[in-house]
Amino acid sequence: MRELARFLVENRVEVGGLLGEHLYLSGVSVGVAAAIGVPLGIAATRSRALERPIIGTANVFQTIPSLALFGFLIPIPLIGGVGARTAIVALVVYSLLPIVRNTHAGIRGIDPALVEAGRGMGMTDLQLLLKVQLPLAASVILAGIRVAAVVSVGIATIAAAIGAGGLGVYIFRGIAVVNDTLILAGALPAALLALAADGLLGWMGRRLTAPGAPGAERGEVKPA
Amino acid sequence: MPPGSDADTAAVEFDRASFAVHRGPTIVRELDFDVASGETVVLVGRSGAGKTTALKLVNGLLAPTAGAVRVDGVETTAWDPVELRRGIGWVIQEVGLFPHMTVRRNVGLVPELLGWDEERIAERVDDLLDRVGMPAGRFGARLPHQLSGGQRQRVGVARALGADPSLLLLDEPFGALDALTRDRLQREFGELMEELGKAALFVTHDLREALALGDRVGVLVDGELAVIAEADVLLESDHPEARALAATLQPPGELGGG
Repeated sequence: MRELARFLVENRVEVGGLLGEHLYLSGVSVGVAAAIGVPLGIAATRSRALERPIIGTANVFQTIPSLALFGFLIPIPLIGGVGARTAIVALVVYSLLPIVRNTHAGIRGIDPALVEAGRGMGMTDLQLLLKVQLPLAASVILAGIRVAAVVSVGIATIAAAIGAGGLGVYIFRGIAVVNDTLILAGALPAALLALAADGLLGWMGRRLTAPGAPGAERGEVKPA
Repeated sequence: MPPGSDADTAAVEFDRASFAVHRGPTIVRELDFDVASGETVVLVGRSGAGKTTALKLVNGLLAPTAGAVRVDGVETTAWDPVELRRGIGWVIQEVGLFPHMTVRRNVGLVPELLGWDEERIAERVDDLLDRVGMPAGRFGARLPHQLSGGQRQRVGVARALGADPSLLLLDEPFGALDALTRDRLQREFGELMEELGKAALFVTHDLREALALGDRVGVLVDGELAVIAEADVLLESDHPEARALAATLQPPGELGGG
């Protein structure tokens, strides 16, 4: 442990740089995945014809072993190659499933009577989405984004294998030279980063969730 | 209020309207009655008799599979559904209020959808909440789960009146309340309707409620309108369904046809 601490302190500039790369890889990936995944999840609730292919495809992507996916992507033109871009594409693919699935489940889980109430009082589809469905599903959707963030911080360690940098660099180097300290120097900050992302998004979720929506803390006030 | 008055166009007109589930059972069959403007018609029937379906035919959540339903003389299928619904106040049991919106926001929702400016909405909301005995100063900022069942239902009525619709649809609005609260709300609602002079189609499984609130009461049995008549006439009638229903009233005779 003392060795690890000394290593991290001595190499703090490099550690900082790798941490930054790691944060960039997973942050951009989750952002892109949310920008694609939430609309896809909404689309899946709108039409039976889209529901199966969307959820199914997201499921299939999730089953591809991550190291293999990075490998598959390298030869593909435009999105492939060696470096951060390829890694981000792979991480987006992994982050999609929890986001798509939670968006879909969050909206589907709303009491149908509420949706009908909205429709019955003359809301358009868009108004229903913005005023009722998204606010009520927000906590579930954010939980999906939170899972995606934790997963993608973890998987981003593998991105080092295709030259995308990040804390995985220490892990792969440590494995190659059989040096536990080096492996830990990558793994420990990555784990802390995952915990921090989890905590931050959890806090944001509580802040953003509409009071009274499912998942919101109930400030019970006695009815007069 | 003249029940069944001969206004040129009824507020709602069921013209042998039926609704059947696609390749499934018929839920309501050949409903044929009017709701005159200013009149309250109550449909009474057991659960599964097609009461809610009848209401959804009016606001276009369902389209009749045979016959027609007309609102202000125009078939519901010819209306723009959004416009049709914004002109109709809809009160539903319990669940109708949006849990993530304050009382104020819930009540001001239809005016908000109609694009009223904020000041006008605020004024309207204050007025409506006063009317249903839920002063905005005290209740406006609360969320639905911070209200009792009876209070929620008052807010539900206020919300339905939001944009001053000429027609109200009420789906067992007082069904989930305890007897005392229900009695009080029924009385207040009766007075409110008297005062506002709006047309209303009200469904309930409670015959006592139907007789107390309806200018006319229709009895729905398995999706068919067995009989429709003024409340006192209904109790006197020798129609078997009316007799059977009247027999369920307890204690017998209390409301019995005067």
